[in-house]
Amino acid sequence: MSNEIITDVVIIGGGPVGLFAVFELGLLDLKCHVIDILDRPGGQCAELYPEKPIYDIPGFPMITGQGLTDNLMAQIAPFGPQFHFNRMVTSLTKLDDGSFRLTTDAEEVFVAKVVVIAAGGGSFQPKRPPVEGIEAYEGKSVFYSVRKMDDFRDQDVVIVGGGDSALDWTLNLQPIVRSLTLVHRRDAFKAAPASVNRMKELVMEGKINFLLGQIGKLDGADGQIDHVHLTMDAGDLSIPATRLLPFFGLTMKLGPVADWGLELNDNLISVDTEKFQTSVPGVFAIGDINHYPGKLKLILSGFHEAALMAQAAKSVVAPGERVVFQYTTSSTKLQKKLGVA
Amino acid sequence: MKIHVTDQDGQEHELEGLDGWRTMEVIRDWGLNIKAECGGACSCATCHVYVDQEWFDKLPPPSDDEEDLLYSTLDKKPNSRLSCQILLNEDLDGMRVTLAKSAAKD
Ligand SMILES: Cc1cc2nc3c(=O)[nH]c(=O)nc-3n(C[C@H](O)[C@H](O)[C@H](O)COP(=O)(O)OP(=O)(O)OC[C@H]3O[C@@H](n4cnc5c(N)ncnc54)[C@H](O)[C@@H]3O)c2cc1C
Ligand code: FES
Repeated sequence: MSNEIITDVVIIGGGPVGLFAVFELGLLDLKCHVIDILDRPGGQCAELYPEKPIYDIPGFPMITGQGLTDNLMAQIAPFGPQFHFNRMVTSLTKLDDGSFRLTTDAEEVFVAKVVVIAAGGGSFQPKRPPVEGIEAYEGKSVFYSVRKMDDFRDQDVVIVGGGDSALDWTLNLQPIVRSLTLVHRRDAFKAAPASVNRMKELVMEGKINFLLGQIGKLDGADGQIDHVHLTMDAGDLSIPATRLLPFFGLTMKLGPVADWGLELNDNLISVDTEKFQTSVPGVFAIGDINHYPGKLKLILSGFHEAALMAQAAKSVVAPGERVVFQYTTSSTKLQKKLGVA
Repeated sequence: MKIHVTDQDGQEHELEGLDGWRTMEVIRDWGLNIKAECGGACSCATCHVYVDQEWFDKLPPPSDDEEDLLYSTLDKKPNSRLSCQILLNEDLDGMRVTLAKSAAKD
């Protein structure tokens, strides 16, 4: 197959722990591909609390979730990890030669000698809005993200929400749609001020509509909506719509990880504390997703797990090769890899 | 200080409340079925509770962010609140809340 990506290691999850794993594996010359369903690195730190301070990262009296993510990205840059965002790893199977085959919902195939599951609290998935029967329209006329802009060309689009996603897509889609209505509960937005201003300009220019209200019922047939009902202070309204994009934030769901035949403990992956290996040799689990006696769901625990996991991963990729323990402070070999010597 | 929490199965629990703690933290600490995914950052709505009317009226009103999140749940009622936004103090001794379905772990 031509679109197969072959690599030493695939890391599932680009949270802080998955990112630091790139570093530890990189010191041992292992090349990594990182896959995450989010559109950027950082996992919970970037998605749930980018501006909040963290006080228990060793060596940092205080650092924000985004700050830690940015620093980790800088720290692993020398190893040239390849990121694949906006896709979910859907399957993991062992091949006859002992390597692993992973597929994503973006129809890619990865073949790796080692798999590191750093899936944290699970994959971030869009929250379904409180609208009865919405499932029937999902993927056909109701979308929670925009994969192909063309799906929205010449459509009557309703976007719901007041955050950056809602505002960004309002601005991006406006030039190609037939009509666009933005719906939000109140006239205050949690989005970049520049986007909010631009949106208001478009409303003034009559290019889009903005309605204060909530979505209620959907009308349509065979997965295709034709009207969206809105509950508004000013009275209820039904507007014609052929596409609906609700942005109600994200929630973490364990997702496909549960179906990969790994031994689980209360929805967490059981590992040993020497290698952080799962019940399937060659598949490791580190960070919030794993379970072992005494586990603490802390970033620093995940970092420690990454270091030990890397040693074990090396012996899977290069069996028999002796791993010499070295410090980054004094080893010119390691410093060369880091691009500083 | 005590708070009374009814879980999603209708079982009532009397929990020792602590001054200055978030109601969500007490419920979570006790091991009841609360997801509280964002850890109290008022950004997930998975700590949703119904507060008995008598106590509901004593609470400071919700912020806009809290209201937005409550509207994103399937099971919002007039006495809905996010339990991570209810800071405990002696005035709330005896408060009664019920865990919403949408607060349950997956
Ligand atoms: C409000 C809050 C405050 C916190 N404060 C602290 C603190 O002060 N100190 C501390 O140490 N910890 C803190 N934590 C916990 C800390 O954020 C977690 O321990 C840490 O994020 C775990 O990192 P991780 O890399 O294991 O997983 P995560 O950060 O959860 O990242 C996992 C990533 O994997 C992705 N993923 C999962 N499954 C798939 C799949 N099938 N396909 C593709 N991608 C997938 C997810 O989308 C996600 O991006 C806090 C957490 C919260 C919510
Ligand atoms: S714990 Fe997330 S909003 Fe309360």
